[in-house]
Amino acid sequence: MSIISIRNVTKKFGGITAVDNANIDIAANEFFAVLGPSGCGKTTLLRMLAGFETPTAGEILIDGVDVSAMAPNKRPVNMVFQSYAVFPHMTVLANVGYGLKVTGVPAAETRRRAEEVLELVQLAHLGERKPDQLSGGQRQRVALARALVKRPKVLLLDEPMSALDAKLREQMQLELTRLQEEIGITFVIVTHDQDEALSMADRIAVMQAGRVEQTATPELLYESPNSRFVADFIGKVNLLDGQVTGASDHGVTVEVAHLGKVTVPHAGRAHGQVSLAVRPEKIRMTASRPESSLIVQGRIVDWAYYGDTSHIRVQPDNGPLMSVTVQNETRSTVENGDVGDQVWLSWREEDTLVLDR
Amino acid sequence: MESFRKNQRVFWTLASPGSFWLLFFFLVPLGIVWMLSFGEKAVIDGKISITETEITWTLANYVRALADPVYLVIIWKSVWISALATILCLVIAYPVAFVISFASRRWQPWLLLAVILPFWINLLIRTYALIAVFRTRGYVNFTLEWIYDALWLDRLFGPFEPLELLYNDFAVVAGLVYVFMPFMVLPLYASIERLDRSMLEASLDLGASQMATFLRVTVPLTMPGIVSGLILVFIPCLGSFLTADLLGGTNATMIGNVIERQFKAANDWPFGSALSFLLMYVTFGILALRALLTRDAETRA
Repeated sequence: MSIISIRNVTKKFGGITAVDNANIDIAANEFFAVLGPSGCGKTTLLRMLAGFETPTAGEILIDGVDVSAMAPNKRPVNMVFQSYAVFPHMTVLANVGYGLKVTGVPAAETRRRAEEVLELVQLAHLGERKPDQLSGGQRQRVALARALVKRPKVLLLDEPMSALDAKLREQMQLELTRLQEEIGITFVIVTHDQDEALSMADRIAVMQAGRVEQTATPELLYESPNSRFVADFIGKVNLLDGQVTGASDHGVTVEVAHLGKVTVPHAGRAHGQVSLAVRPEKIRMTASRPESSLIVQGRIVDWAYYGDTSHIRVQPDNGPLMSVTVQNETRSTVENGDVGDQVWLSWREEDTLVLDR
Repeated sequence: MESFRKNQRVFWTLASPGSFWLLFFFLVPLGIVWMLSFGEKAVIDGKISITETEITWTLANYVRALADPVYLVIIWKSVWISALATILCLVIAYPVAFVISFASRRWQPWLLLAVILPFWINLLIRTYALIAVFRTRGYVNFTLEWIYDALWLDRLFGPFEPLELLYNDFAVVAGLVYVFMPFMVLPLYASIERLDRSMLEASLDLGASQMATFLRVTVPLTMPGIVSGLILVFIPCLGSFLTADLLGGTNATMIGNVIERQFKAANDWPFGSALSFLLMYVTFGILALRALLTRDAETRA
């Protein structure tokens, strides 16, 4: 059963549509991410779950109850704010206990539970500190503890990593995943960082311009995106524009200017103008012409060395620039090519996606 | 700004006009008044002079002020009238400041202008305008009578008896609240404006009611503005004399009026100076009390 049902939810601010007919179901105990570029409506969606915004149309169900008109302080959800919003005039312990104290939980129990949760986020030794004596990462843990102490059905996280440096961000990502598994409640995280969403979430909803483009597991989003936007937003992709000329049980035949007519497997329908999409790491780069129906010849224009991989851009004789990622499998890989070299790019039919334009 | 302090010549050039002003137009006169408070009227040719004062370092003026309960009573009354006016200012100004800081960006400057607008009119004229509002046949009584008659209460209880709103403590407090309101609204606005809205949302999110959020988050976080407002209103209230003079009549005198009378009508500058300094010591005492209380609150928290 889904713990959160977002049904045909639309939110308008004046004449601007922030969220446009969103439909999302989130299962209990799921780690769910809402991913999208800034201004796509993902934060508005989260704020509607928390109760700070009311939908213009549609309904939101939390654990089967319509909360569309319910005040934020009555909802069984708690939020970790982007700025953390840790109360500066209270100690860490008072911050964490706040949500219990104001709802009439006895002082002794408040203290016990607050200390318990501080233990969980490894801040037990800092209970008497004031927030201005804490680092950014510690403040985030306070915000997390303060929300978790309420034992919410759903924990909402609004861009929780945006204020942390890269190293700490990675550490907190692992820790959040651990916490979610340990306490077993639903996490809904909003982020613009695709790596964060891919590595942490069980499922991801990709949003653009207020609309939910696709909701799927990280693997499906990456390997089977259903639109050019999703393919391009999650990871890198090479897009080759073409025209559908025929379809059969084996797939669709597409004519691409510098590739000729190629047939690739495709489950859905496709007609008219389409794009063939292929991920850079699925392309092989060779010096001699390989045996494949999907081949492009070109010249290396730049070579970025990342240690484990190299990101190479190749300019075909006619057609758009293509990105290739190669694993530096041997220490000499880097010697296999250089800027200006003539190379062949090839990939398999089943690694090719057909996307509408 | 640090470079300013390194460049001594620039620093002194910029700092000297202000320092000069403060020294010669504030500290020196204050020193003179302080010395006057230890003086007595000079005796010239066996007659007590009307205009000349001699500094004899006598404590007689202070003794007179403290020994005669009349003056202590008036100081005490001035303190509570000022305190009452200050608290009323806070109670009225807080929602006003709240509404202004939560209003849309387009409206804020206009609302702030409306708060400051009374400053454009002379204080004397504004105070006289209050007389027109509060007098027996003024606008308040006029409105009350209209409502009274509209409810047919005059047929039940007889004709409307106008309320005595002028020349009493009520009129003084109302006048002080009216005059000093902007000094409360502006610092409150400044601190509410700075308040991080996500703090309030976090409090609601954690299950606190609007009221609990206000008392536990909004008020503590805007405390600097509240304290500034209290001080900015209380101190000028304590020293004010025009409002009490025009609206207070004889039975609602404040210490400011007594001091004014010493300097003008009674022509007793030494005694007026002593009363002025007593008033200043009271103010210092209250400020010290505040400092002590906030320090206590901080060490406890």
